[in-house]
Amino acid sequence: MRGARVNLYSGLKYGALIIWAVFVVAPFLWALSTSFKSDNGVTGGATYIPFLEYEPTLDGWAALFRDTSSGGISMQGPYLASLIVSLVSSGIALALGTLAAYGLSRFTFRAGPLSNSDITFFFISQRIMPPAILAIPYFLLLQFTGLLDTHIGLILVYVAMLLPIVVWVMVDFFNTVPTELDEAAMIDGCNPIQAFYRIILPNCGPGLVVAGLLCIIFSWSEFFFALTLSFAKVQMLPPTIVILNSNKVPWWSLSASALASVVPLVIVAFFLERYLSRGNLAGTIRE
Amino acid sequence: MIDSRYKHIFLFPALLVLVAIIIFPLIYTVRLSFSGWDINRPGLDSVGWSNYARAFVDGGFWNSMGTLYQMVFFCVLFEYTLGFGLALLLWKQVKAGRFFRLLFIIPMCVTPVVMAVVWKTIFHETLGPLNDILSWFGISGVPWLSEATPAFISIILVDVWQWTSLMFILLLAGLMSLPKEPYEAAQIDGAGPIRTFVHVTFPLMAPITIGALVIRLIESSKLMETIYAMTSAGPGSATETTSYLLYIRSLREFQIGYTASLSIIYLVIMIIALALFAKLLSRALIGRSEART
Repeated sequence: MRGARVNLYSGLKYGALIIWAVFVVAPFLWALSTSFKSDNGVTGGATYIPFLEYEPTLDGWAALFRDTSSGGISMQGPYLASLIVSLVSSGIALALGTLAAYGLSRFTFRAGPLSNSDITFFFISQRIMPPAILAIPYFLLLQFTGLLDTHIGLILVYVAMLLPIVVWVMVDFFNTVPTELDEAAMIDGCNPIQAFYRIILPNCGPGLVVAGLLCIIFSWSEFFFALTLSFAKVQMLPPTIVILNSNKVPWWSLSASALASVVPLVIVAFFLERYLSRGNLAGTIRE
Repeated sequence: MIDSRYKHIFLFPALLVLVAIIIFPLIYTVRLSFSGWDINRPGLDSVGWSNYARAFVDGGFWNSMGTLYQMVFFCVLFEYTLGFGLALLLWKQVKAGRFFRLLFIIPMCVTPVVMAVVWKTIFHETLGPLNDILSWFGISGVPWLSEATPAFISIILVDVWQWTSLMFILLLAGLMSLPKEPYEAAQIDGAGPIRTFVHVTFPLMAPITIGALVIRLIESSKLMETIYAMTSAGPGSATETTSYLLYIRSLREFQIGYTASLSIIYLVIMIIALALFAKLLSRALIGRSEART
């Protein structure tokens, strides 16, 4: 009797897990299937299985590399722009944010009534700011400084967007690293900056990886500033794909470009899961 | 104690960047909100409080706020419930647990706006797979993106697909950090799984629940990308959120001064609402769990 109940329970459990897993992968599978279709696989109604329901072609994928003048998407440019902007901004944010987080974790700051936790909160609270509000001053300021529609302009904006995330993850991480480690380094004759670089940073691999991966996810996926602050000289990946959508680009090239743009992120997800499973996120959200 | 002469070297670069890139633009926005800057009269003149007076009777703006609150409510409710459910299923040792966990965090990692483009093809009324699959069950021709209520539901569905994963991973991390002793005590008392959840797990998870809900509320209040890609706020303005409206009014219609005033009003309301919500939530959840123990 009891065995039957356990079986029923684990059946329900796996049922639920599988249903959610199917829901999660469904859009990817649909896009994958669509990316190999041609006209007859799309305009006749929904089809799913290649060879059986439609004759697969590589047209959708080939269009990614063709020039826009010959009906292609020419995705290399946006891909490169997204790569440059997200890697550089993630790197800068990681460097500045890690330094700040170490400072906030190890020293006491006072500015009037404000102390460390207020400063940390000040950093993190920047996430509340909707991009739509900052769009106006950014547009005007970048226009004024001649940085509108340049890599540097976008990188500046992205660094500000990523800093709170790095500070949030790293303050918590440094708090779990014992201060004895710093003190031992200082007794060996390091100044705090040397201690930070030689002793603390090498011991913070997992925290840095999680913060770095989150930065890459957020910057690679950023849409609003990419749309409003770059348009001609610099074209970022997400707006390029969304604009295809309104330009009546066929579904197969649309699906292929969407998949090509999210593949790096799926790989990032794989690493993120490995590092998160070491359980270094729990403290981060506990108030 | 570590030599504190060096402390400013650590903190100040980041603080400077933040002030330069967020605080200064925000102050500039406040200044803009008192100007009549628009497409015909670009420039920082002064029009007093007239933008604010106009904002308070702007039906479109307040409607967008209403739409936003409804959407955020349903999104966060479903995401929390589903995310908690999935986290509970994968909390204890489970066969293929890591496989499921990897799958379940993928949605939060992929570009929302790009996935929204894919979802738009899924919701297509005649060529999309969703209506095709529904037709196997005798439901046909749901106007997913062309009528108000279905469009509202589609946006929520896509948001739930994307962000349940974040709730899941935050709550799972929380569950794995819980202490063992209360569970041993509950077992000795002979409490079943449901009573254990209600009296042990849920109260212990209260701080993490609050953290996860607040994070998700903050992020979901910026909802606009999915809408941009899927419905363009339509049909009519049925799915217009405040962020979308601010974008159209400012950088499409170039009503810079007026939109700046809307932005400031919106920001003040958001901060008050979030602070109030966080306070009420912690009183409801933590207050109660303390009363129990």
